[in-house]
Amino acid sequence: MSVVLEARGLFKRYPKAAANAVDGLSLSVREGSCFGLLGPNGAGKTTTVEMLEGIMRPDAGEILYRGAPIGPSFREKTGIQFQDTALQDHLTVRELLDLFGDLYPQRLSTQELTELCDLGELLNREPEKLSGGQRQRALLALALVNDPDVVFLDEPTTGLDPQARRNFWDLARSIKARGKTIMLTTHYMEEAYALCDEVAIVDKGRIIAQGTPDSLLKKHFDGVVIELEGEEIMTNDVEASLDGLRKQGRSLAHLRVRPRTLEDLFLALTGRGLRE
Amino acid sequence: MIRRFWAVLIGRNKEFLRDRGALGWNFLFPFFVVFGMAFAFSDKGQDVFKVGVVGDAAALPAGFAATRHLKFVTFDDTTSSLEKLRHHQLDILVQPGRPLKYWVNESSPKGYLVEKIMLGTDVMTSSPMRQAVEGRPIRYVDWLVAGLLSMNMMFSALFGVGYNLVRYRKNGVLKRLKATPLRAAEFLTAQVVSRLILIMSVFTIVYQGSDFFLHFQRRGSLFDLYLIFALGSACLISLGLLVAARVTSEELAGGVLNMLSWPMMFLSGVWFSLEGAPKALRLFAYSMPLTHLIDAARAVMTEGATLAQVSTHLWILAGMTVLFLVVGAWTFRWD
Repeated sequence: MSVVLEARGLFKRYPKAAANAVDGLSLSVREGSCFGLLGPNGAGKTTTVEMLEGIMRPDAGEILYRGAPIGPSFREKTGIQFQDTALQDHLTVRELLDLFGDLYPQRLSTQELTELCDLGELLNREPEKLSGGQRQRALLALALVNDPDVVFLDEPTTGLDPQARRNFWDLARSIKARGKTIMLTTHYMEEAYALCDEVAIVDKGRIIAQGTPDSLLKKHFDGVVIELEGEEIMTNDVEASLDGLRKQGRSLAHLRVRPRTLEDLFLALTGRGLRE
Repeated sequence: MIRRFWAVLIGRNKEFLRDRGALGWNFLFPFFVVFGMAFAFSDKGQDVFKVGVVGDAAALPAGFAATRHLKFVTFDDTTSSLEKLRHHQLDILVQPGRPLKYWVNESSPKGYLVEKIMLGTDVMTSSPMRQAVEGRPIRYVDWLVAGLLSMNMMFSALFGVGYNLVRYRKNGVLKRLKATPLRAAEFLTAQVVSRLILIMSVFTIVYQGSDFFLHFQRRGSLFDLYLIFALGSACLISLGLLVAARVTSEELAGGVLNMLSWPMMFLSGVWFSLEGAPKALRLFAYSMPLTHLIDAARAVMTEGATLAQVSTHLWILAGMTVLFLVVGAWTFRWD
């Protein structure tokens, strides 16, 4: 698969900041894939993604779309769902779709968007009167209104309940099935695991690990996690660990064994939890 | 390009029309102001005749001075009192002495009546000398209305556009639009046109509506008046855009807008004429767009001026509009 979007050596520092928000970051996104940018708050995810979107200019480095530097026409190829967006007051979802649709040379019809994002009865309501999950669906429809090549989803499920989050994942999968490339930022590891073909873990403006979710886990540590009375024991040899616990005379009544997750990986790589 | 402009314009208009509170307030507030002022400054005691006396009122013939339902107002000289007579703010002007001089406005019915009354008293013993003046009545409200409507336009333009734009920037609406192919100039033009439509609709309804009850004196052309108000509001909207071009805090925007609007409210001649004010103050007033709007509109209404006669004001307004728009679009930030 060819590379759709590529960043080379991006740097960004905000005025009066002590360190670079993005510090020499490079990545490439393959066509039709879902690329996940993971990291805690303040890691530089949103800054990185806003530079990739063309919303913010990097201090140094370049961004290529299909091999050429991005220019004004790049906006016609992208669809963006921002982390927090307000929309014009008092307009219904349908009117907002029409307004934004008219800003592009070509657009998907309201009917197509309704089917794609399961808008149904939401069309004649105002976004601020929708629930969190419904609102995210409406925002996703706005991001797709120009039938974009690359879709940016910036923490799309933050604050949603588990049910709404899973529904949103289904929508993201169906967008991918239409051949769109997705650039996802999230601090939910299970979200990255569920949706992404490739994941980059960002910390302090740099990528500290990159690969498929499985290969990252395999590369950085094999094995499982034993959870016992609030304690987490990472091990490659479950039998030996259990023997050791028994010898210490500990009760194994509430023991749980689970595979390691990206969350554990992040903790191991950065020494910090994701939501710190 | 037109399609994008149109989409934003339609969206903005719907947004405004559905905000019932703001819409109602925009239409009702100016009515309150105009009627409130008309009421506050209306002539009380309509059935009393007003007699201006130049000099000492005690020197008037006793019979005339004792006439009931006449109100005597004294003046030091004839300059301001004759002006008031011309504008029907006095019904007759009398200067006691021998001969007793008096002036009457020939186009005033009340002047005609009070003259008949006066000549039926002991005034005849002072061998009165009659002088006629001409002039149509100008009430304070006729003079005031141009200023009131302009001031209302100023608030609607500065706060309606400026404040709203800052709010859009702060809550991310502008950032969302930045991610589309929409250009700053298209977006800003749509904001100006949308607000201009609103302001001129409010103007039409308020002006025509209060004219129905208050019967303003308008000596110049109505078309000219509309043109002046449209240009003036375009200028004030552009000023609002300029203030909001980069500001991200609503508090700061509110402060700057207040700093601009309060001096304009008091020094641009809304309430009182600046003739006779210190030169520095007049120069300062001339740097404000509202002054030019009010001067031009008032000249058309009360003096029957043509566009050519107020062209200096119009050129200044047009120049300011272009300047504010260009600098505003140049410095505009989406986020």
